[in-house]
Amino acid sequence: MPTATIPAPPLLDSLPEGSVEVVEGLDQPTWIVRRDALAQVARQLRDDPETQFDLLLDLCGVDYPDRDERFEAVYHLYSLPRAARLRLKVPVLEDDPVLPSLIDVWTAADWFEREAWDMFGLRFEGHPNLRRILTHEAFQGHPLRKDYDPARRWILTEDKIYKPNPQPTGSESVDDMFERMTINIGPSHPAMHGTFRVVATLDGEVIVASEVEIGYLHRCFEKMAETHTWQQVIPYTDRLNYCSSFINNVAYCRTVEKLMGIEAPPRAVWAQMILSEFSRIMDHCVCNGSTLVDTGALTNFWYMFQPREEIYGLLEACCGARLTVSACRIGGLLEDLPPDFEARCRHLLETVPEFIDDVDKVVTKNRIWLDRSVGVAAISAEEAVDHGWTGPCLRASGVDYDVRRAYPYDLYGEVDFEVPVFQGGDVFDRYRMRMEEIHQSLSIIRQLLDRGMPDGPYIVDDPHVALPPKEDAYNQMEAMIYHFKLIMDGIQVPPGELYHMVEGANGELGFYVISDGSGKPYRIKVRPPCFPIMASFSHLMQGGTISDAIATLGGLNIIAGELER
Amino acid sequence: MPHSDTPEPYRYTLAERLYLPLLGGMWVTLRHFVGNLLGRRTSYTIEYPEERRAYSHRFRGHHILTSRPDGSLRCVACFLCATACPAECIHIEAGEHPDVNVEKYPVVYDIDMLRCVFCGYCVDACPEEAIIMSNNYDMAFFNRASSVVTKEELQKPFTYDQARLGYRPRYPEEEEQRARARRELQAGRVDLVGEARRRQEAAAAGPESSKSAAASS
Ligand code: SF4
Ligand code: SF4
Repeated sequence: MPTATIPAPPLLDSLPEGSVEVVEGLDQPTWIVRRDALAQVARQLRDDPETQFDLLLDLCGVDYPDRDERFEAVYHLYSLPRAARLRLKVPVLEDDPVLPSLIDVWTAADWFEREAWDMFGLRFEGHPNLRRILTHEAFQGHPLRKDYDPARRWILTEDKIYKPNPQPTGSESVDDMFERMTINIGPSHPAMHGTFRVVATLDGEVIVASEVEIGYLHRCFEKMAETHTWQQVIPYTDRLNYCSSFINNVAYCRTVEKLMGIEAPPRAVWAQMILSEFSRIMDHCVCNGSTLVDTGALTNFWYMFQPREEIYGLLEACCGARLTVSACRIGGLLEDLPPDFEARCRHLLETVPEFIDDVDKVVTKNRIWLDRSVGVAAISAEEAVDHGWTGPCLRASGVDYDVRRAYPYDLYGEVDFEVPVFQGGDVFDRYRMRMEEIHQSLSIIRQLLDRGMPDGPYIVDDPHVALPPKEDAYNQMEAMIYHFKLIMDGIQVPPGELYHMVEGANGELGFYVISDGSGKPYRIKVRPPCFPIMASFSHLMQGGTISDAIATLGGLNIIAGELER
Repeated sequence: MPHSDTPEPYRYTLAERLYLPLLGGMWVTLRHFVGNLLGRRTSYTIEYPEERRAYSHRFRGHHILTSRPDGSLRCVACFLCATACPAECIHIEAGEHPDVNVEKYPVVYDIDMLRCVFCGYCVDACPEEAIIMSNNYDMAFFNRASSVVTKEELQKPFTYDQARLGYRPRYPEEEEQRARARRELQAGRVDLVGEARRRQEAAAAGPESSKSAAASS
């Protein structure tokens, strides 16, 4: 993997002895940073021309009750100019779980820090608004701590609830004569595509300040993952980004496979790539379709949803479910591809473009749509990076970063595709980006089909990982024992930790997994691509109108399942 | 900072300023409208429940407990399905079977359909092919108690209807299909890759020739 090496950090000299300890990670270099040095290290990592870690991908907590320093805050950084990755770990004591907030360094830290506070009780000093984010205001305790009982329930009442009242900061230029109005959009609002709540303070039609409340769909994915075996987590991953659940499956399975040092057979990889690309198409269709319906172009919604219907048919023929597919297993696929797989894919390749072209003709150059979208909620490349964006939204702002290109996993190094980039960073460019990516995905699928379906098994032939063939399990003693052991104990993943990412439909979808060798994940953290994007929604909306807000939200492709896990 | 700090929005072309592409869009909607009117349906909506979507034989729907030829359940109450279930929605109570050749049988076998996520793990786990799935997806309950489906109900409805089977370890119908495909491939009657290549070449040669190729084929 072409990870650029991290240059020997010049900043190490200027720090007190022992502030940074460099350890070799399985996947990427890891620095263990003392708490007092964190702010300085982070700032220098960002600013030093040798390192330029400009993207904060993820921040999470980990709880090790047996260690002296019980908690660890883990930061995943990426340097766009140098294509390098780095993990920072900051251990803190149980009695004093305080860290400096890194909001000034990376704005993306805002919500991530709130999440770490909510889940682990890590306090980030200097954070302006360190409130719970995923759980209810009245929730007690920190659910991802190991001593928190997963079955524990709370009765949550309204009285302690936080009442957002966003006010514009800075100079009060607005005439006090005019009354401001605060309105709620959501949590149950047809334009919110999920359940979020935006509280907006309006001056007439213009949003002067807003605040986003999430957590209505939090299902404690990460806690539940810790109570299930590695294989059992797969159905849970379906429910992250449920518009393209297949990609989540693949991302999770790849991560675990990497940690175990196994590889899925070529046939599975080939099929997973095709179905991932189809899922991406579907996801983009949903996103563009719903953006358009939100801006009044209802017809396109129907056109966009038809390819999706067909692709669902293909997925269902492969694995028996349309939406929550659970189609992958660690080491391959759940069952062999249907006999007519290639024919169906070919058929789709012919039908999908028709609908996309129809939408293209109806809206892309239509001035009514252009007026609604060009320049709306524009974000510059610099800001987008600072906010931790990835994926189509980041590329629409002019940053050429696609995991499939930067870290060509599977067969992406062997197929020919373009990574489109636009410079506008607005609703229109996000829309165009997705339309363009649909064409690229189709081209990838076509190339894969032309390579031909590889022969061979659809799952690794290892009885410690994959269930033996049913025939054997019925008839042979040995296979039967493996079958029982695998079901009863689950897959045994060796101890270790790893971050692995794929290009999800929304951006970099990463899984940070820690195994302690016990048969169940010790910790799984998802890097949900739309989390940092949603975190910047208030910023994007500043000065826009309500109708802009609705158009923007559609175009960002916020999926509540993934956002709140 | 290596990244640009000013977005450059799209610039309208003259035609776009003049709203001209609107006409093309209207033509598309008109085409669909007339097509639908004249019966060439381009929409995918179906009039459920009168009309039903045809799902594949792998569909993961309502479970079925399969029976032995004598009508008793194949299940031996080994609890593998309950262990594999990520939603923890299978409840089994085992009992001694009167027949000494069969060790155990489930006195109680309940699946809570409201908890079930239809992942098929139970089917994968079963060493006896005692639990499979059907393609029945319309389950509706008036109260929570009736969402817990007992073994009688799981055994009853679909067991002998081949057309209603869903996800299960073996698909005999697929084997036939596969065998046919293999035979045809051997006989040189299908050549998917070659076909695709020809199509691509035709497309590269220009839309005219691809049309004529399609017409001739
Ligand atoms: S389909 Fe999945 S969730 Fe439902 S009973 Fe079987 S294992 Fe459990
Ligand atoms: S259905 Fe199968 S797996 Fe479940 S208890 Fe019965 S025999 Fe065991």
